[in-house]
This record gives sequence, structure tokens and C-alpha cells, in this order.
Amino acid sequence: MTQEDNRGMSETTRETMEFDVVIVGGGPSGLAAAIRLRQVAPDASVCLIEKGSEIGAHILSGAVIEPRALEELLPHWREEGAPLNTPVTEEQMLYLTRKGSLEVPFLDRVMPHMSNHGNYITSLGDLCRWLAGRAEELGVEIYPGFAGAEVLVDDGGRVIGVATGDMGVGRDGQPGDNYAPGMELRAKYTLFAEGCRGSLTKQVTAMYNLRKGVDPQTYGLGIKELWEIPKEMHRPGLVQHSFGWPLDDRTYGGAWMYHFGDNLVSYGFVVGLDYPNTWLSPFDEMQRVKLHPAFRPYFEGGRRIAYGARALSEGGIQSIPRLTFPGGALIGDTAGFLNVPKIKGTHTAMKSGMLAAEAVAEALATNRAEPGSYTRRVRDSWLWPELRGVRNIRPAFAKFGMKGGALYSGIDAMLLRGRAPWTLHTRHADNEVLEPASISPKIDYPKPDGKITFDRLSSVFLSSTNHEEDQPVHLKVRNMSLWKTVNWDVFRAPESRYCPAGVYEVADEATDPKLQINAQNCVHCKTCDIKDPTQNIDWATPEGAGGPNYPGGM
Amino acid sequence: MKVLVPVKRVIDYNIKPRVKADGSGVETAGVKMSMNPFDEIAVEEAVRLKEKGVVSEIIAVSIGEAKAQDTLRTAMAMGADRSILVETDVVTEPLAVAKVLKALVEKEKPDLVILGKQAIDDDMNATGQMLAGLLDRPQATFASKVEVADGAVTVTREIDGGAQTIKLALPAIITADLRLNEPRYASLPNIMKARKKPMEKITPADLGVDMTPRLSVISVAEPPERKAGIKLDSAAELVSRLRNEAKVI
Amino acid sequence: MTVLVFLDHEGGVIRQASRSAIAAASRLGDVDVLVTGPDAAAAAKSAAAIPGVKKVLQVTDTTGSSELAEPVAALLAQLADGYTHILATSSATAKNVLPRAAALLDVQPIPDIVAINDADTFVRPIYAGSALATVKSADAKKVITVRASSFEPVAAEGGNAVIEDVALPAGPGGSTFVSTELSKSERPELESARVVVSGGNGMQNEENFKLLEPLADRLGAAIGASRAAVDKGFVSNEYQVGQTGKIVAPELYIAMGISGAIQHLAGMKDSKVIVAVNKDPEAPIFQVADYGIVGDLFTILPQLEAELDKAG
Repeated sequence: MTQEDNRGMSETTRETMEFDVVIVGGGPSGLAAAIRLRQVAPDASVCLIEKGSEIGAHILSGAVIEPRALEELLPHWREEGAPLNTPVTEEQMLYLTRKGSLEVPFLDRVMPHMSNHGNYITSLGDLCRWLAGRAEELGVEIYPGFAGAEVLVDDGGRVIGVATGDMGVGRDGQPGDNYAPGMELRAKYTLFAEGCRGSLTKQVTAMYNLRKGVDPQTYGLGIKELWEIPKEMHRPGLVQHSFGWPLDDRTYGGAWMYHFGDNLVSYGFVVGLDYPNTWLSPFDEMQRVKLHPAFRPYFEGGRRIAYGARALSEGGIQSIPRLTFPGGALIGDTAGFLNVPKIKGTHTAMKSGMLAAEAVAEALATNRAEPGSYTRRVRDSWLWPELRGVRNIRPAFAKFGMKGGALYSGIDAMLLRGRAPWTLHTRHADNEVLEPASISPKIDYPKPDGKITFDRLSSVFLSSTNHEEDQPVHLKVRNMSLWKTVNWDVFRAPESRYCPAGVYEVADEATDPKLQINAQNCVHCKTCDIKDPTQNIDWATPEGAGGPNYPGGM
Repeated sequence: MKVLVPVKRVIDYNIKPRVKADGSGVETAGVKMSMNPFDEIAVEEAVRLKEKGVVSEIIAVSIGEAKAQDTLRTAMAMGADRSILVETDVVTEPLAVAKVLKALVEKEKPDLVILGKQAIDDDMNATGQMLAGLLDRPQATFASKVEVADGAVTVTREIDGGAQTIKLALPAIITADLRLNEPRYASLPNIMKARKKPMEKITPADLGVDMTPRLSVISVAEPPERKAGIKLDSAAELVSRLRNEAKVI
Repeated sequence: MTVLVFLDHEGGVIRQASRSAIAAASRLGDVDVLVTGPDAAAAAKSAAAIPGVKKVLQVTDTTGSSELAEPVAALLAQLADGYTHILATSSATAKNVLPRAAALLDVQPIPDIVAINDADTFVRPIYAGSALATVKSADAKKVITVRASSFEPVAAEGGNAVIEDVALPAGPGGSTFVSTELSKSERPELESARVVVSGGNGMQNEENFKLLEPLADRLGAAIGASRAAVDKGFVSNEYQVGQTGKIVAPELYIAMGISGAIQHLAGMKDSKVIVAVNKDPEAPIFQVADYGIVGDLFTILPQLEAELDKAG
């Protein structure tokens, strides 16, 4: 379980601290779990670590929040000033063609999952910062700037906590002048709340074979921009989604645009990572949709404030692994509770965190190694029927294509009401379905105009991403020769296209193609870990506090 | 020996500052804040002096809003022994800050005050010099090396085109430049321990200081965007234009 | 309005940057100047020749005290009685001295101004130049440093000011001058160089990067590099100009084979004049370059050197 680079260095010199519960990740599930724990077990010591420089630094979502879980967790959220200030007032689902768009009629009947009445448009990062305030008031110890780098396991195979990453390690892997070893945060229970495709979750999943008997997880990549637009164009409360152009029938995805706050617009694009065409560039798709007449007018005269990207879990209930193991559990999007048709994962992540907290409180009281009642609690709560009801929709898109999938979901929603007696399955992991470059049609993307559409580097610039320069590269290509024979020869380096931050570049393309890794640009989206055809890229946490710094409003 | 280290909470240096649409200032709401990088260097220097046995106590002080506590906690995690928060919501200016620090210096009687040379928000580069003036004590700005021996401090400072070395009798005021040292990380164990270190909270009124700024901000704007220039056909034309038109060579 | 300008000088000659400060001062009122330090007498003569200067105050001190901030700040505070504004170019010396003087006068200094709106209102950069603030001072006396590149310097000849002696006030001492060491290297420091020649990806390798040296020699320039060049090992990272490297604002920045990604621009966009040479006509650097040449830099480099050798 150790990061090979650091093994010798830190094993003997690490300080230790003990808690009842350690939570890895300061997103909605981790924070909800922390708060719930202190509510039901006020004497339990709870420590939450977050790899971003502050809570919210790495949080990225649309977001339209369903307040259901928040209402249960903190019923006085309105009076306590939770930043849910823009209620949804208007919704549109647009089918885009190259030049035009058609609005889906009777949206609430045809796509009832999309109904957003009673929901709020906000920045999830702002909401997390608010939740962190409540958590600290309740006595949770929160430490941003520290990455969970290693899972601690005792001789009996029980998870006994995590170790934070060493700081001040040089690029060559040797301790630098300011070397500070990681710290062991030992706990009776560790909750992994790393968000989609967690790196420690990956290890724990392998250790306990948590994915046995469940579908492979399938993912989407969401790429987002925050804009400030002229007041005249601002329609607070407007929620728009699109599908169709520019994606082909075999590629799932679409755009969103939400108006909220002070002349702010959240715009973004999700691409299902089970896309087959290696020439696809999710970043460029996201950029060019801004030029579509349905969206373009909102960007004219506006100012781009921030940029970011993050993968999200789309497998639904069929892909949720076993949730508990001795000494811990998985919560939030790292387990995969996102409701895909609703395009919402926050309320489900929070609920899963709360349920895990209740299970942990029970395990604490009864001295059980595994917070086993978590799974039962999930099944007994609204979480399970909610996810069960939509379980076939995303797999239908994978199976039948965009048009077939849309048709199926209409039927599923209106006639079957989510109660189909069958369950469609995700058969393949996303990395397995990429097709060779030689049989895939190239895509001609327009060049950025610098006013509405932009290039990767200037976009990364607006994510305020930074990593300490002198540190080991956190993106490990296990087998470089495989890169040449597979990534390049067969697929022509898809990572140079799917990475939304320009981390992967092919150098000397014409003469002797080599992979160049600009690790400093990484926005921690995890797409490379997901989509590399032979799973040859391993994403591990870089030095704590590195990565994006998404601002308020983002 | 006692050292006083003032620290300021500013927009984190990784963040691109954004001018508010109404031109009233730079957006700080919802933006990551951190200790001014030059102040980190000042704290680090104080901690190194303590590790050398020269200094026995480090007091971190911050003048600003309540959230400046976070910055003081970071200073204590780096090695400051205790801290003082002088709480005010008024925008701070070096003149007023220097007066607050003067009052604290008269109270605490440190032998050294080490400050960052400037804050990366207002780029004033004045507080250390002003404090020294108010106290009528020797100053060494832009320090790249600090050595304490025999009741005096020898400082090498960066000047245009090179370095200057001066020797100051204590008590003295030093401002830290980039190359003085590389600050250590506030490690997690130290952050946890720092939660128990004392933090005193007072106000400028307690020290008899009026914080009213002398400068009022009329407006804040983004710098004019550079426009594309012209394309030339030859090296000869370029050199000619640089000589005669731009007059830079 | 009467203005006292504290001057920087070298080798008995008033620095051009200080002549910019005099230009700024002239906008505010009648200008007197102060010279201190070694060679003050020669510098005073040089100052007296500057048009627009009425009186030159000189401190001829052999003790070395006039190189220290404390006595000079005290002197400025004393002299301030006769002036409404005290100015200097924002040199290391002025930044060391003027704020201390301001404290003695109980006023808030206004550093690094780039524009004068009126006698009380100035524009100055904040957040390392990411924003410009227009500020109005409520103080009766203003202590100001001036960003030289924003004010066209006055001429060096043509004036005829009177020269007067002033004495440094005696102080409590406490500060002793030990030594000065000026950089011996032929190349200026990247951050303070007047001219910078930078290489990027287009230089192709470590060997080729050295081809920038003859050009830099002729221009008395520092050498810089883009992130790409540093990452590929063409040069070590202390040459890096950019968001994660050094921020420079020279009079002339020559970008050879640099594409101009925003991360690089963040490090040099405040250069007075930007020149770009790149074989890609669409390279973003051309969006900010005042003069650009689309072409093979390996052909253009020797041509530039040849042109510079002609007539000086």
C-alpha cells in the first residue's frame, strides 16, 4: 500500500495521531459524514483531510443542488446562511443540431428526473466551505493542504487509518531541504470520500476485492467554465441542458448552462468516457458548443473567470462496489452514487456520507471492526429507490446509442416509471472501448478565437492550478514502451486529447514520438487514470495543497 | 532574545487577482487567502535563529480581520511561540500598521522585528521602514542574509546591481527579501500542536492607534491589454525600428 | 507646489530613471533635487545640468553615513518643510529611504506611481501589476516613488541650477556601513536587466540555446527562457521567465522561438517593448509583440547581430 518512492524515507520517522474517525476528502460526502458523526456521536474525535489548499479548492460541479439531504442534515440551513441563493425558475432541455436547436416539450413529463423545482443553482465549492464551517463548529478537525497518500493496514488486514504524503521530496525522489514526512492519522474507522476515481479507493478496492460481482464503473468527464456576463443577458434561475450536436450517436454527453448569483453563468460539457473515437477531444467539444446559436449570445461581452474539469461516476447502482471493509467504508462519488439522468450527485453523496456516519457511530458503540450496517442503511433509505429507479437510463445510451437511449429513457420514465423488471448492465470499462485511430474518423475542431473559445493553456491558467515544481511526477506511466506500442501506434496518443489540462503532449511526433508529461498543469480530473487503454497511467496524489484553486462562485 | 514577526493575510499568490466588475477593487470574497510569501520568509528566518539558539521567543502578530487568525496559526505551526491578533475591519495601510507595531514593540520589547519586504496585495514596501522611522531604530531592508552576534545584527541586503552589508545595533528592524531563505512547510503535526499555542486578541483602540487610511481608492482597473504590433520582414528593419522608433537600443 | 526629488546616481552621473522622476515632478510644480552618497559633488554638477531643476542640494559626506537610510530619511524629513511633494524613482535606495522619511512626517507613502492625475491623485500598480489603483491622498505632504518606465525622462543637458550644501543631521547611529559588493558578472541579473533575450522551444536543444549569447552580448542583455525550454533541459531553471519563474519588466524583451503561452506572458507582459521571432505566424506571442518577424530564428539571429554591429 505504500508509495514506492517514499517507503524507506518515512516509515520510521512519521508522527502519529489517533482519532475515532478519519475522513479522506473534504467534498459534500466527507463533510456531511463529519457533521453527522458529531451529531450522533458527539464524543467521537473526527479528523478530515483534504488535498486541496483549502476546502473547495478542488470542488467542481454545475451545480444544481437538490436540498433533500441538506434539509435532513442541517434543517436550519436557510437561517444559518447556506449559500443556496438562486432557486431554479426555468428549465430547458435542448436537442442541438449543427445550426439550430429544438426544445424538448413537456419536459417534466418526458424527463421527470430533470425536474428541478425546489432546487438551487449554486457553487458546490461555496456550499462545501459553508459545510466545513458547520463541521468545525461541531468540533471536526479539518486539515486542508494534506493529501491522503497511503492506506494504513494492520497485520490482521484491517484498515487503521491513512498517512498523509511526504512534503518536500525532490523530483528525483530524494528528500529536499524542507523535507517533512507525512503523518499517520490512525483511526478506528476511515471513510474514503475522495470523489470520483479516488486513488486510495483504488487501492482499497483491490485489497478487499470490493468490485467482485458488480459492473465496471463508467465515467463522464465534466469540463466547466465560470463566466460573468452582462446584466442584460443574465437570467438567474435558468437551467439549460443540451444533447445531440456536436456528439455522434455513439458518444454520450451534452452541455449545461446555469444562470445564478451576481451575473454569473456556469457553463460546461460532459462527455461519457465510454466514447469510442480516439480523436475526440472533450475540451474542444466543450469549447465549440459555446459558439452554437443557442448559447453564443450569452457569452458575447462576457468575461471568463474560471476553468476546471473533473470526472464523474456514471455507472449508477449496478457499478457500486461493496461499500464496507474492516476499518472503513466508501462514501460519495468514489463509490458512485451520482444520479445520472438527474445529473446530480451532491444530494446522494451527502446522504451516503450521513448513512455511513450512522453506521460508524453504531460500530463505535458496539466495537465492530466493519461499519457493516451502512449497506443496509443505504438500501433502507430513499437513496436506493432513487438510484434504482434510474438505473437503466445511462446503460441504455451505451447500448442503443444516443437516439435509442433517448427513446428508451422516455419510455422508461413515462411508461415504466423506473420499474422495469430488467436491469441493463455496463459490460465494459471505459478504457476497453476505445477504437484504433486507423478506423476512427478525425474530427476537425475550430481554432480558439480568444474571446469566447480558448486554448488549453490559457484555460489551465484560469484554474489557478499550481504544483510545487521540485517534486516527483505524480502521474506514473507504468510501462513506457507500452505507450509507444499501444497509445501511439494504435491510438495516436488519446491522452493528448482527453486531458483537459494539456498535461500529455507528444514530442517529436514526426521523428521519434515521445510522451511528455507536464504534470504541473494537472487539474486532478482523473480522466487519464480512467481512459488509458491499457490502464497504464496511475494517478497518485501530488504534494498536498497542489492542484487547482477554484474560486468562490466556481 | 525576543523576535516580533508581523504577518499579513493576503490573496494566495497562486490565484489570479480579478478586478471587480464595478471597479471598486480586487475581488477577495470566496478567494483563497494565505500568509504573504515574504512574511513566510520572515517567520522562517526567526525560526532558524531560534533553532540556532540565538532567539528564545518568537511572537507573530497580524493586524486585520478575525480570519487573520488562520495566518497566525500558520506562523505558530512554523515555529512562532505565541501570537497577537490586532483585530480591525478597516483596510490596513503601512502608516497605521507601523503605529500599531510601534505600540506592540514598546510593550513587548523585542530585540528584532523581522517583516516581509512587501505585501503582495498592495505592494507598498513601506511598513518595516516606517516602523524603524517611528522607533528611531536602525533598519536593514531587502535582507538576503542575517547574522546575529555580540548584541548586533549584520545584514547583507540586495541593492540595485549588487549587495550591501551593514551592521545594526539592537533593537533593529529587518525586512526580508526573496532570497533570504526558503520557508519550511507547516507540517501537519505542527499544525495540530499550534492549536494549543496562545493567541491574544486586541484592537487598535486598545493601543491608541487610529487606523483611518490616508489614501482613498477612487477606482481599480485592469491594466490596458497589450495590442498586437506589426510584423516586419527583415532583421535590418527591426534593428532600425528599435533604434529610431522605440529607442530602446 | 514645490517638489523635492531625491536622485539616484552612478559614477557621478544622474541615472536616467531619476530623470524620469524629475519629469514626473515637473508636472507637479517647481523642482529641487537632492544628491547624497559617494561622488555627490560630481553628481550635483550632473544634476545641475538637468533642465527644469531649480536648485541642487548636495550632501558631501565622507563618513559613509549618507549611504544609510537613517540619516538620509531624517534629512528628507527636515527639508520637507519647504515642499509639498517628495519624489524619487523607485530604486532600491529610494524604497529604503523614502518610507522612513514618510513615517517621520506622519504621512502614507505612495509607491511606484505610473500616472499623475492631479496633485493629490495618482495611479499605481497593485497585485504585482495585475491591477491599477487610482488613489487620492488626504495627506498635506506627499511622499512618492515613481515607476521610471511610465515617465519619459527629461534631457540630461541644458539646465543650469544652483548648487547648495546641506548637512546630514546627526543621529543616534546604530547602523554601520560595512561593505558593498557589485555584481561582477558581465550579464545583468534577469530581474533587473534593461534588455532580455529569451529562448523557447524553437531553440531546439541545449547547444543551440547558446546561440543567443552573441546577441545578448551585443545588447548587454540578460538571458531568459520559457518553461518549455527549461523542461527540455536547454537551460537550468533560474533562467525561466513566467508564471512559475521570474517576472521581468525590461525595456526590451526579445522572444526567440517562444510560442507565447499565457503562463510565459504572465512573466514578461510588462516589458516596454516586446519583439518576437517565430516560424509559426499564429503563435500567440505575436498578439502581444510590438514587433514580430515570422521566420527561421537561426537565420535571423546572425542577421540581427550583423545589423547591430553596423553603426554602433
